[in-house]
Amino acid sequence: MSNLDGNNESLFAYPDESGHFGQFGGKFVSETLMAALQDLESEYYRLRQDITFQEELQRDLSEYVGRASPLYFAKRLTTQAGGAKIYLKREDLNHTGAHKINNCIGQALLAKYMGKPRVIAETGAGQHGVASATVAARFGLECQVYMGSEDIKRQSLNVYRMKLLGAEVVPVHSGSKTLKDALNEAMRDWVTNVDDTHYIIGTVAGPHPYPMLVRNFQAIIGEETKRQFAEQHGGLPNAVVACVGGGSNAMGIFYPFLEDREVRLIGVEAAGYGLASGRHAAPLNEGAVGVLHGNRTYLMGDANGQIVETHSISAGLDYPGVGPEHAFLKDVRRAEYVAVDDTEALDAFRALNKLEGILPALESSHAVAYGLKLASKMDPDESIVINLSGRGDKDIPTVAKLDGISID
Amino acid sequence: MGMLSERLKSLASNNKKALVAYIVAGDPEPGVTVPLMHRLVENGVDVIELGVPFSDPEAEGPVIQLAHERALAHNVSLGNCLEMAAEFRQADQVTPIVLMGYLNPVETMGYENFAVKAASAGVNGTIIVNLPPEEAVDMSAILESNDIEPVYLLAPTTTDERARMICQASKGFVYYVSLKGTTGAGNLDINDVSEKMERFKKLSELPIMVGFGVKDGPGARAIVQVADGAVVGSAIVKLMAEHKDDLKKLSDEVGQFVSELRAAID
Repeated sequence: MSNLDGNNESLFAYPDESGHFGQFGGKFVSETLMAALQDLESEYYRLRQDITFQEELQRDLSEYVGRASPLYFAKRLTTQAGGAKIYLKREDLNHTGAHKINNCIGQALLAKYMGKPRVIAETGAGQHGVASATVAARFGLECQVYMGSEDIKRQSLNVYRMKLLGAEVVPVHSGSKTLKDALNEAMRDWVTNVDDTHYIIGTVAGPHPYPMLVRNFQAIIGEETKRQFAEQHGGLPNAVVACVGGGSNAMGIFYPFLEDREVRLIGVEAAGYGLASGRHAAPLNEGAVGVLHGNRTYLMGDANGQIVETHSISAGLDYPGVGPEHAFLKDVRRAEYVAVDDTEALDAFRALNKLEGILPALESSHAVAYGLKLASKMDPDESIVINLSGRGDKDIPTVAKLDGISID
Repeated sequence: MGMLSERLKSLASNNKKALVAYIVAGDPEPGVTVPLMHRLVENGVDVIELGVPFSDPEAEGPVIQLAHERALAHNVSLGNCLEMAAEFRQADQVTPIVLMGYLNPVETMGYENFAVKAASAGVNGTIIVNLPPEEAVDMSAILESNDIEPVYLLAPTTTDERARMICQASKGFVYYVSLKGTTGAGNLDINDVSEKMERFKKLSELPIMVGFGVKDGPGARAIVQVADGAVVGSAIVKLMAEHKDDLKKLSDEVGQFVSELRAAID
């Protein structure tokens, strides 16, 4: 199998042994963390072959998370678009309401098998924090969640939810007081408490082995999609569409399709107020190659290499970097990356409510918005799958406020 | 041999220990930095670590994070840091300057461009906190061909196998981060440092400087019993923060503090 650059290596061969996806990825961390990353990597490789671990993981995914999540043919949405058939992969129906739990279950089990009694996590919108607090409760682990003080103000519901789950939410007041700063602070905690603590990174970013192991825990989305699509429709979809912040739901659904070259893989970034405004979160569309949070990838930086503040209506996409494998898939042209702005995402949010009775997360609404556009230009005998990565209960206050309604 | 190696060699041959001081360029405002660098030297500092402000200083504790933020409020860039180094170098041709920072500003400037500009500004070494030697093969070659010595870090968790590789890659000196944690965190456990130093000294031909957690004269004195020098960062930066509204006092206090450190280690 050769990819578009004429490289004969299968796309499943990445990352290489040193954790690189071509020029991207790697381990750009201070020396104190190197030993912990090496331990994590070797433990992960060992447990991947461990039957007891795998059985426990599978059991929890089915009995606790509620997998498999359905693949749903969205008939009225299809009619509205007037083109290709639209299927939705219903990750919003998972326990805790998003794909995040797939990774958290896997990593909490890793922590348990590694004998680490404490987990930490970073969170932006609070979804990964809630998922981490949930699995910590499930496995009896101590849990601290780092969250930017700006995000704490915007997401009070999830903050309270994490407290109910027994986690401590630690406000981060440094830098822009958002997700990237929460990540910095979680890394600082991990450096200090590396002996008894596992850091549950929530996306396919961070230093190796995180982009690989988070991808592998999320790949169940794509594996199920492939099987369900074959059963319900036959063959392969023509395109798979997913939103990309850090990129874990997209990587999870893309990965099993990487060598099915006839399937278009389309990642949708947040264009915020529009790409031209400069106020967005679309590093794959508008960023430059740089190094942040342990890996080389596309980043939103200024001319001096400082990381800039991003904007998206959806807090889960409001991140200046992106997982290194997406950077790689962009450069080898296996995946395409587009951007959808706040207004288009909101329109899709409303459309899915009215046409299908499904309340999508604002993150996932970006994928729905692009999926609708794409389907409308395709033939009725073609099909696309949109990853509906999360549900939108958490976003109701944001959208209501835009409608001039206060529901506090 | 670079100026950094030469200076450390000559200290060793005179049986002296090195005092390395860290400040963030542009903290609390750009005009402070160059005169303060001279003041550090006048009061006994052997090597200056000049921190390059970055928006996301992952390895720093709260004290140094705030210093980065104060400098960034004045938009101090890597280019500005090099200008400060060059200005300092006009009046001082003997004190080594080591730039300490994070990779992204250097990556954005371009390795080659950075190395050439840094060399002509009189920079003698670099510590790039989030660039371990495995990821630095290209960078090291470019720096060394411009007479800049890349310094790499050892940590309490570093295995012998990695330590050997790090000591091989490092030039000038090796920097031992004496704590699990961020800059300025916790208290120094001198017995632990002493144990680790015994192990690392067998693996390194270079002098080893110890930093992270060296807060005062007695701490620095204890460190140089077992190491070739002490790096003091957060304690100086904290003093600067306390006097950021009175720049004369800031300079006096830092000068006084550094001369106490010097006296303690000699």
